[in-house]
Amino acid sequence: MDRIPCAPLVLTSFTATSGVGVGNTATLASLRSRRGGLRPCDFDGVDVPTWIGAVDGADTQPLPPEWRRYDCRNNRLAELALGQDGLLERVRAAAGRYGPRRVGVFLGTSTSGILETERAYRRRDPVDGPLPADFDYRGTHNAFSTVDYLRRRCGLAGPAATVCAACASSAKAFAVARRMIAADVIDAALVGGVDSLCLTTLYGFHSLQLLAPGPCRPFDAARDGLSVGEAAAFALLERVPPSLDPDAVLLLGSGESSDAHHMSTPHPDGLGARIAIERALDDAQLDARAVDYVNLHGTGTPNNDRAESLAVLATCGAGVPCSSTKGATGHTLGAAGALEAVLSSLCLGAGLLPAGLGTTRVDTALGVNYLTDNRAAPLRRILSHSFGFGGANCCLVLGTAG
Amino acid sequence: MNLGAYVDGIGVLGPGLPDWRAAARILRDAGGYRPAVSELPAPSILPVAERRRTGRVVRLALAVAVEAVRGAALDPAHLPSVFTSSGGDGANCHEICTTLAGPQRELSPTRFTNSVHNLVAGYWSIAVGAMRPSQTLCAYDASFAAGLLEALVGIAVEPEPVLLVAYDAPYPQPLHATRPITAEFGVALVLTPERGARSVARIEATVAADAAQALGDAQLEALRRGVPAARSLPLLAALAGGLPQVTQLEYLDATALRVQVDPCG
Repeated sequence: MDRIPCAPLVLTSFTATSGVGVGNTATLASLRSRRGGLRPCDFDGVDVPTWIGAVDGADTQPLPPEWRRYDCRNNRLAELALGQDGLLERVRAAAGRYGPRRVGVFLGTSTSGILETERAYRRRDPVDGPLPADFDYRGTHNAFSTVDYLRRRCGLAGPAATVCAACASSAKAFAVARRMIAADVIDAALVGGVDSLCLTTLYGFHSLQLLAPGPCRPFDAARDGLSVGEAAAFALLERVPPSLDPDAVLLLGSGESSDAHHMSTPHPDGLGARIAIERALDDAQLDARAVDYVNLHGTGTPNNDRAESLAVLATCGAGVPCSSTKGATGHTLGAAGALEAVLSSLCLGAGLLPAGLGTTRVDTALGVNYLTDNRAAPLRRILSHSFGFGGANCCLVLGTAG
Repeated sequence: MNLGAYVDGIGVLGPGLPDWRAAARILRDAGGYRPAVSELPAPSILPVAERRRTGRVVRLALAVAVEAVRGAALDPAHLPSVFTSSGGDGANCHEICTTLAGPQRELSPTRFTNSVHNLVAGYWSIAVGAMRPSQTLCAYDASFAAGLLEALVGIAVEPEPVLLVAYDAPYPQPLHATRPITAEFGVALVLTPERGARSVARIEATVAADAAQALGDAQLEALRRGVPAARSLPLLAALAGGLPQVTQLEYLDATALRVQVDPCG
């Protein structure tokens, strides 16, 4: 059997909604003006001292009435993002062009609509009470909920799945879709990630003592944990046409690996991350010296940033400019890979190397070229890192067509 | 689009189906099926520290993965993997939601770590030292077919053996009433691009506008309908039957994954 090469794909449409903006225009304006989206946690009665990257409007965006069963914060956030930058129209047009069965949906999430279940448990008799009658497990809680919703909302009927790899989920969704297109199972895919605030993650990261008491400071010498955020980010992936605008953004490669080390702490030498980066560079047939910027996973926890810096030094070296946009958006967990792929795409178009917000004194012991100021420069090749619990690692290579 | 592979190893664990050998015998002669409780083996492949932290769904999935890899006689450290499940660890989810609804919202770190849908992939990679790429998917009741499709696409793009593991277990109440998964069921397949000495059958799959195939035996059909991972049973029955056959596995909406099974005889 011969290997089928995974050709580059073009992101014919993409959009991001996070704590730094609803849609691309607001998001890019925030990046340009170094405006962060973190604030002290005021979410749903949570009494943990931390900051969050909440999306204003995530809980008020109505779903069309025929899709009421999917109504929850996660799908409202998805609906809000779907309406930005003409994405819904572009996806529907792709369904018209290729046929609904030839357009797939692959999204990442970590907690889907579990907030609905948390709230349903609060409304039941704690000893033996049933969940309230209006609770819809399939529509909200199940990990497939948002894919199911968007497939119907966009009129798609192709292969679909939710990709669940904790905080690497939605980066891996790009890789899954790319293989499906290479194998000619589909012609196009709606990919992305949606994750929304909930008690499970806020109290969960608190239990692991991984939450920063203030806004997170990735790669800072005094970094003290992460800030949880929420986001929805999408892209429409299609094959590269014979002629293409030089500014078009391409998915050039992806690399994946497993740490095989620990469920919740990274390999101390960043070995799994390093393998993922090497595979991505190899997949994109890209020399590490041609990488213009690395969008780091950069959560802001001491161990994560240290392990990631070792992986960067081993692959791209000390000189490559890098930063974590989580200082602005917070860690959007299962949506982080897609959010940061879209932020990277915006930066490619704008020629912007974004500053890592929140970081005032870069940890020189990490030895990487971490950006604390915005820099304007022509950008052609970007790596975007995503690493998650369970030791899941994914690196995407994005670039311009020209 | 036609995606193919050879099945070199099979693992099964479900009610009255303690392993593949027993399951194959029952699936060939469906009248003999009795849904008795099957014991879950201890996850002896895990380091002791991790073993203590695992719940039943992890043990279920690791057990079928071990059986399939043994059948294929391959080193699991070298295998990329695809895991698929509708619900992850539902018992753990129930404990978290109960705690968060109570007066003391303190979660244990292990509870939170085990809340990720890819927990089995994490424990498996640690157990066997596999640093290869691993996917964990969910497609509600179509999860098994989604996982099989992903594994076959993986082989088409990168021709090397792949481990596929599907597993589901019941939620405790009150979630059980809203998502009545009826039993613990796990299935694992080692799929390879080339025919080898261990090859049981060749399978070729395509997404088709077919209805899912039902099973003739009422109790096996109840199991198929009651557990998303058990939507694999028509394929397992075809693999056990030893005759060329086309089977349809439940996929999304009005589609099925149509699988042609040709035994290697």
